Amino acid sequence: MADDLKTPLLDELEQGPWPSFVKDIKSMAGKKEMAKDLLRQLEKSYEDKRGYWKHGGLVGVMGYGGGVIGRYSALPEEFPGVSHFHTMRINQTSGWFYTSEALREITKIWEEHGSGLLNVHGSTGDLVLLGTRTEELEPTFRALTEKGWDLGGSGSDLRTPSCCVGPARCENACFDTLAVNYNLTHQYQDELHRPMFNYKYKIKISGCPNDCTAAIARSDMGIIGIWKDDIQVDSKAMADYVDSGMDVQGLVVENCPTGCIQLDGKEIRIDNSNCVKCMHCINVLPKALSPGKERGAAITLGAKAPIVEGALFGSVIIPFMKIEEPFEEVHDLIERIWEFWDEHGTSRERIGEFIERVSLAAFLEGIGEKPLPQMIKAPRDNPYVFYEEYFAEEGEGE
Amino acid sequence: MAIPVEQLADEMYEIVKESAGVKKLKGGDLTKAMVAKHGDEVSRSDVKAAIRILIDSGRCVYGYFGGSSIELPHTEAAENQ
Repeated sequence: MADDLKTPLLDELEQGPWPSFVKDIKSMAGKKEMAKDLLRQLEKSYEDKRGYWKHGGLVGVMGYGGGVIGRYSALPEEFPGVSHFHTMRINQTSGWFYTSEALREITKIWEEHGSGLLNVHGSTGDLVLLGTRTEELEPTFRALTEKGWDLGGSGSDLRTPSCCVGPARCENACFDTLAVNYNLTHQYQDELHRPMFNYKYKIKISGCPNDCTAAIARSDMGIIGIWKDDIQVDSKAMADYVDSGMDVQGLVVENCPTGCIQLDGKEIRIDNSNCVKCMHCINVLPKALSPGKERGAAITLGAKAPIVEGALFGSVIIPFMKIEEPFEEVHDLIERIWEFWDEHGTSRERIGEFIERVSLAAFLEGIGEKPLPQMIKAPRDNPYVFYEEYFAEEGEGE
Repeated sequence: MAIPVEQLADEMYEIVKESAGVKKLKGGDLTKAMVAKHGDEVSRSDVKAAIRILIDSGRCVYGYFGGSSIELPHTEAAENQ
């Protein structure tokens, strides 16, 4: 880091146990004036307790309405290095699998055209390249597209679809999340790059109810793997767990949210008609239990963060759908939803807010779906599993 | 008879021009305006194709302020030279 930089307040952020973004920016400050001025402006923001960024709404690359988020410094004379500091969102790979060569391509392009700072990955899922000037947007885009990359979504469009690692690394995947993600990204290129919606529309794809993309909390449309038949049991592996001394009764049976599991000696009995697919037993006994054979996905709609209106969780709109190539059933549903929302939604109204306004009954009729008892409103109130003991232990340590 | 997309593009350009500085128009607003004017003679895909002509030719640009809009190219107030 350059010696003339004095950032006592930012330095405090490096003192904690976690990696700090300040350390990251400092590592680039020796190479890039932009990173240096970013630290200076940020330090001033901490001193003055206010932000110094201005929103730029028009910057972008030719033909695209998304993928670039414009930012200008409100103090360009004091911090000329960040006079322009636009962000570029790059469409990530399915499941975030990269070769080291691909990542080197990105960092090389960005060090040449921008600040060199990356956010991998942003909460949208994209590779986020932080900080460049307006005149560098087109050259950066050209360099990226020459290597096969493309911009992601931003604004009132389809945001870059995102998925879990799926069958590439996870035995619980109920369908090929990577294939669906790839297919939807290519199928809806126009919707991704040319904003036509009332507001943003996020699709996240998880291969099982563990929901590693937190689709139920963070996506307008969640495609979450599920099965219809019974949990598969490997009796030998089950007996091995019991023989190993594992407290199956305490760790699994007594933690089943619907009490549908019984342990009879070394045998596990599951009342599958009362299973709510919470995944707890499968997660604790991965060698003995696995999702059923009749696999597909539940489709949830309506989750969002508390922008404009309050936060919402996703509700089940399609309890079960087979997810098979060429994914026409998924396309058909998506397009029916978009058409109705497009026609009757209002400006800056997310799909969840739209459903709340027009009522679920009217929405279902509008998209041509019949109501079913399994269309459960916000089936979970938290995308993660938390236990009372966890909080108790945390509290005791304070 | 279907309306040519070039005609739709011209008509939408006029709407965007008249709204400049008054109201930010979304793609959906332009679609609804064209459907209201031409009825069954225009489809949503025609309107999308016409918007593509406006954007790709540079006559209009996408803007973002809260939501996305279709606007005439201009220098925005926030821009630093």
